[in-house]
Amino acid sequence: MTQLFELTINGLSLGAIYALIAIGFVLVFKATGIVNFAHGSILLLGAYVAARTQGDLGFWLALGLGAAAAATAAMIMEVLIMRRVRGVEAGVLAIITLGVDVILLTELSRRIGADILATGAPWGSEVVRVGDAAIPEARVAAAVIAVLVIGAFVTAFRKTDWGVAMRAAAADGKTASLMGVRLNRVAMSAWALAGALAALAGVFFVSFPSPGLDNATGLQALAAIPAAVIGGLDSIAGALVGGIIVGLVATYCAGYQDELSFLGRGLGQVAPYAVMFLVLLVRPSGLFGTQAVNRV
Amino acid sequence: MSEYLTDRRRLAMVAIGAVLLALPLVLADFWLQSGLFAMAFAIAAIGLTILVGTTGQLSLGHAFFVAIGAYGYCYLAGGESIPGLKAQSGLQFPPVLALLGAVGLAGLAGALFSPIASRLRGLYLGLVTLGLVFLGQHIMFNAAEITGGFNGRDAQPFSVFGFEFSDGDEETSVLGTVFTGLHKLWYLGLLLLAFSAWTAHNIVRTRPGRALETIRDSELAAATMGVDIRAYKAGAFCVSSMYAGLGGALIALVFGRIVPESFGFVLSVEFLVMVVLGGLGSIRGAIAGAALVSLLPRFLDFYADKLPLVSEPGTGGVGPSQMSRFVYGIAIVLVLVYAPRGLAGIRLRRARRKPTVTPPSVTPSPAP
Repeated sequence: MTQLFELTINGLSLGAIYALIAIGFVLVFKATGIVNFAHGSILLLGAYVAARTQGDLGFWLALGLGAAAAATAAMIMEVLIMRRVRGVEAGVLAIITLGVDVILLTELSRRIGADILATGAPWGSEVVRVGDAAIPEARVAAAVIAVLVIGAFVTAFRKTDWGVAMRAAAADGKTASLMGVRLNRVAMSAWALAGALAALAGVFFVSFPSPGLDNATGLQALAAIPAAVIGGLDSIAGALVGGIIVGLVATYCAGYQDELSFLGRGLGQVAPYAVMFLVLLVRPSGLFGTQAVNRV
Repeated sequence: MSEYLTDRRRLAMVAIGAVLLALPLVLADFWLQSGLFAMAFAIAAIGLTILVGTTGQLSLGHAFFVAIGAYGYCYLAGGESIPGLKAQSGLQFPPVLALLGAVGLAGLAGALFSPIASRLRGLYLGLVTLGLVFLGQHIMFNAAEITGGFNGRDAQPFSVFGFEFSDGDEETSVLGTVFTGLHKLWYLGLLLLAFSAWTAHNIVRTRPGRALETIRDSELAAATMGVDIRAYKAGAFCVSSMYAGLGGALIALVFGRIVPESFGFVLSVEFLVMVVLGGLGSIRGAIAGAALVSLLPRFLDFYADKLPLVSEPGTGGVGPSQMSRFVYGIAIVLVLVYAPRGLAGIRLRRARRKPTVTPPSVTPSPAP
C-alpha cells in the first residue's frame, strides 16, 4: 500500500512535468497547425543552457536564461522557417520540424558528449516523508511549480486579450485575421511560450531522481508526444490529463517492474506508447480532441 | 508525368544499369558494402514513398517494418541453436524461402497494423507510427530467444541451390575473373532493387496508383469515385511494409549481424529524409535519396582527413557522422522550404520552364 501511494505521488509529479511539455506541444499545434517534432530538442537546449550556466549564475537565474534561450530558439524557428511555409500540408510541416530536430539534436549531443550535467537545483536529493512513503523534494517542487505555471497559463488563456486572440486564431484563423488578430504575432508568442515551458519542464525532468542531463534526455522527453496525443492534439486540458496519465503509467510500470517482468525490461519507457495505441483505437482523436467532421 | 519511359530515358537507364553491373570489377570492398547498403535502403525507401508520397499517409514507423524483415529473415533462415554458443534458434528454412517469408511477415505486420492506420488521419497516424517504433524496439530487446536481445543475432548467408551469395570465403570464377561473396551479393542486391523499382512503378502508374493518389488529394473525392478507401489504405500499408521487409532482409544479409539499436527512431527519420529529398511519390527520387543519405556519412568518413570542416571522431570537433547529420538536417529544411517536391521536383520544374511547343494563339470566335 505504501508503495502504491509513493508511486502515485511520484507519478502525479512526473505527470505534471510531462503536462508542461505536452501543453507547449499542443499550444504550437493550436496556433499554427504544426506538430513540432523539434520540441524535444528545444527542451534539451533549454535544460542544457540552464545546466551549463548554473555554476556562475545560480539556479534561478540559470533557469530563466535556459527558458529564454529555448523561447528564442523556438521563435527563430517559427520566424525563419515555419512562417515561410504557411498553408503547406501538415505532414510536410512535421517533416520540416524533424529536420530542425536533427540539426539541434546533433549539435547539442556533440556538446554534451558523454557528460551528465547537474542542474544545481536547490532541493538536491532530499526526500519528504509522508507516513512511510518517501517522495523526492525535487518532485514536490516540480509538481508545485508546474501546477502554478499551468494555472497561470490557463487563466491567461481564458481572461487576457492574448488568450482570446490565441483561441480565436485556433478556432478560425481567417476570421480572426479579419477581426484584427495578428496571426504572425500569435504564432510567435505560442512558439516562444512553448519553448519556455519546455525548458522549465526540462530542468525539472533532469533533476533528482533522474541522474542529470545527458544525451538521452531529448528521447525520454519524447514521451510527452503520447501525452499530447492521448489528450487530443488540440486540447490544452487534454494535454494536462494526458501528461498525468503518462506520468502515472510510466511510474507504475517502473515501480512494479518485478511483477510485470513478463512484459520485458524497460517497460516504463514504452508503456506510454502502448497506452496511446489503446486510446486511439477507441477515440481516434484522443480523449478531448476535436473529432474530424467529414467521415468517409 | 516524369516517369514515362522515352527512348532517351530508356537509353540512360541501360547505361546506368551497365555501369552498376560493372562496378564490382573496380570497387574496393568498402565501397561495395556501402553500395549494397544504399540498395537495401533504396528498396525500403521505395515502400515508404508509396505510402507517404503517393497515398499521403505519414509514417514514422518504417524502421519497425524494416526490422521485421531483417529479424524475420534471420529467424526463418537461422539454424539450430547450439547450447553453449548462445546462438538463437531458427526455423532452418532455405534462404530463398526465408527471404520470401521475411517479406511476407513484414507485409502481415503492415496488414495487422492497417485497421488502426485506416482509422486515423494525417498527423495522428504519424504520431502513432512513432509509437510503433518504440514498441518494436522494446520487443526486439526483450524477445531474446528470437532476436538475441541487446546483442542481436547473426544472419544466415544467402544461397540458391548451394550457390553462395554472402560475404564468405567461397569464390566463383567466371572467365578468369574472381567473384567473391560480396560481389555476388552486389548482383543479388541489384536484382532485388530492379525488381522493386519495376513493381513499384507498375503499382504507382496503374489503376491502384491513381486510386491512392486520389485518396491523398481528397478522400471525399476518392470515395465519390468509388474508391474503397479503407481497403486501399490498408493495401498501401501492406505493400509498403513488404518493401520495407525486403530492404530489411537485405540489410541483414549485408551486415551479417543485426542489433535492435539500429532500428530505432533515427532510422525512421532517415527513411523519411530519403523520400523527402528525392521528392515525395517519386520512385527514382527515393532511390536517389537513399543513395545520398546512406553514402554521405561513408564518404565523409572515408575522406575525413581531407575535408576542411570535418575532423576525426573523438577530437571534439564535428565528426563525419555528425557532419552528415548536419548536412541532411539542413537539406530537409532547405528542400522542403524552397523545393517542396524534392530532387524529382527540381527536374520537373526545369522541364516545364522551356516548353517545346508554343501554344497556338486562339482567337475567340464571335458568338453567334
